[in-house]
Amino acid sequence: PALSQPLGLGREALPEEVEAWDVAVLPDGTGLRPGSGSVEDGDEIFYEQCASCHGDFAEGRDSWPALSGGMGTLTDPRPVKTIGSYWPHLSTVHDYIHRSMPFGGAQTLTQDETYAITAFLLYSNGMVEDDFVLTHENFTEIVMPNADGFYPDDRPETEYPIFSAEPCMQDCRDTAPEVTRRAVDLGVTPMGEDGRPAGTIPATFDV
Amino acid sequence: MRDDTERKGPSRRVFLTSGAAIMAGGAAAAQGTTQGADPLITEVQPWASGFGDPVDATPYGMPIRFEEHVVRRNVEWLTESPVSSINFTPIHALEGTITPQGCAFERHHSGAIELSKADYRLMVNGRVDRPLVFTFDDLMRFPRHVMTAFCECAANGGMEWGGAQLEGCQFTQGMIHNMEYTGVMLRDVLAEAGVQPEGTWVYVEGADASSNGRSIPMDKAMDDVLIALFANGEALRMEHGYPARLVVPGWEGNMWVKWLRRIGVHDQAVESREETSKYTDMMPDGRARKWTWVMDAKSVITSPSPQVPIRHGAGPLVVTGLAWSGNGAISRVDVSSDGGATWHPARLSGDVKPKALTRFHYDMDWDGSEMFLMSRAIDDTGYVQPTKQALREIRGVNNVYHNNGIQVWWVRADGEVENVEIA
Repeated sequence: PALSQPLGLGREALPEEVEAWDVAVLPDGTGLRPGSGSVEDGDEIFYEQCASCHGDFAEGRDSWPALSGGMGTLTDPRPVKTIGSYWPHLSTVHDYIHRSMPFGGAQTLTQDETYAITAFLLYSNGMVEDDFVLTHENFTEIVMPNADGFYPDDRPETEYPIFSAEPCMQDCRDTAPEVTRRAVDLGVTPMGEDGRPAGTIPATFDV
Repeated sequence: MRDDTERKGPSRRVFLTSGAAIMAGGAAAAQGTTQGADPLITEVQPWASGFGDPVDATPYGMPIRFEEHVVRRNVEWLTESPVSSINFTPIHALEGTITPQGCAFERHHSGAIELSKADYRLMVNGRVDRPLVFTFDDLMRFPRHVMTAFCECAANGGMEWGGAQLEGCQFTQGMIHNMEYTGVMLRDVLAEAGVQPEGTWVYVEGADASSNGRSIPMDKAMDDVLIALFANGEALRMEHGYPARLVVPGWEGNMWVKWLRRIGVHDQAVESREETSKYTDMMPDGRARKWTWVMDAKSVITSPSPQVPIRHGAGPLVVTGLAWSGNGAISRVDVSSDGGATWHPARLSGDVKPKALTRFHYDMDWDGSEMFLMSRAIDDTGYVQPTKQALREIRGVNNVYHNNGIQVWWVRADGEVENVEIA
């Protein structure tokens, strides 16, 4: 149970302290701060700050994350999950970039720069025209293509009943086991000098 | 014994040579029945005559060098950057349930940061009566609680959704650790600030650049979530969130926010990057589950396993493994050596704690023929660990997270062990 009385520990957080640390933006726009940025400005900032990893068109360079493309691939054998094809909320784009990007130089973007990059990413994903300007006022008008693509955990309804039956203990197979996949066929595990998977227990006796 | 010349002394070398010769003839040597007297017994060894290390040699010790294989390992190709990456606990080599902190896995999104207790601050703000700032010293004055819990990465085994890929349970089940934590209840810290009635979610984030912000419903926050200051008896390791991390029993490791710096109270989920782009689970219709917080019942045989071949020949064989469930306590583990045709209950060894690793043992007499070894965990809700195929029938192969399917080891007649799937 919770303590019945507060202990009186800690001290009141000052408004400037809360403003410095609470930069979260929620799907309904809570947390957005005044500002704006255009696709054009975003393109320039992206080229300078982001394109070395994410590509000039946010398409992703080498194995760095692609931020655009992949529309309609979510039922493909290898879905391409990007901001445009997968992310449900624009708030997450603004929030994550502002707080945690660029990788290795986070929290260096102003609010206006973040609005501009977010506008550019909308453009890269074919969601707005190239003269679009994103502001704190029109922000929540943007609906992401995959906004309805998520539902809360339903395992209690769809899995737990199926997997909670009394399990078979004897004569549970009709046929002898047949190997269908072997990890050794792929050869992608780090190996030790002894040609065995790295970390293999050493033999106590020479064999 | 730190001196190489002592370790490779003449009597030891002679013994190894004779041992190898005997091994060629069968399993007798492995069982210690050498021909003639064993010089390790009949000759006085240096450690039985001279001094060992003095007590002032090692103020804080590391494992003996013969255990140097018991370390974290990473797989470079899994991620694009080693600072937003994963490594693996050597669960193949461990016993019992407590994970030594020094080899307990790491998962960072912007690297392991160095944050002193002096620089540490924790803020509580949002839908509270009094937004507050705490120092580390403040946290040390709250009532303390102790709990043991597993921290399993949501992606543990994720590489195996599409088939058998990696060789060894360190790699296929090793994004996990289990520690005894001491800290303060999140609910007690929230009580200082006074949660307002509309405060139905908390958003927790770390001090690192990635922040790793996640939303937790207030019911869980008020139940068993701990702000941990100690793990396995001492301060948290840097890479595990020093000086304070969240412990969220039973729930996916991503939510165990390290270097915890802020708790925001909200009337809705933030739907941050780590609960939209990541840690959402693609289903066959192209939609995705979100908020799949609990880690379901799971187990793995840690020996024999690909990194622990059977070298001792036929006869008594210890099958040892781990089982765990985020939905409660493990009530039973079954073991099969014939690919699931026949199952035998294993022994649960030691204490069985809810939402914590549980050790099981199954002692068998191996006749030297090939086996398909499997383990199947059952928790106290009655949930039975499913096969990978049963999971795929519901979820497809692009779920990425939450793979708790039964693992199959193919034990060959020569004692080598492979990661396989069977039909």
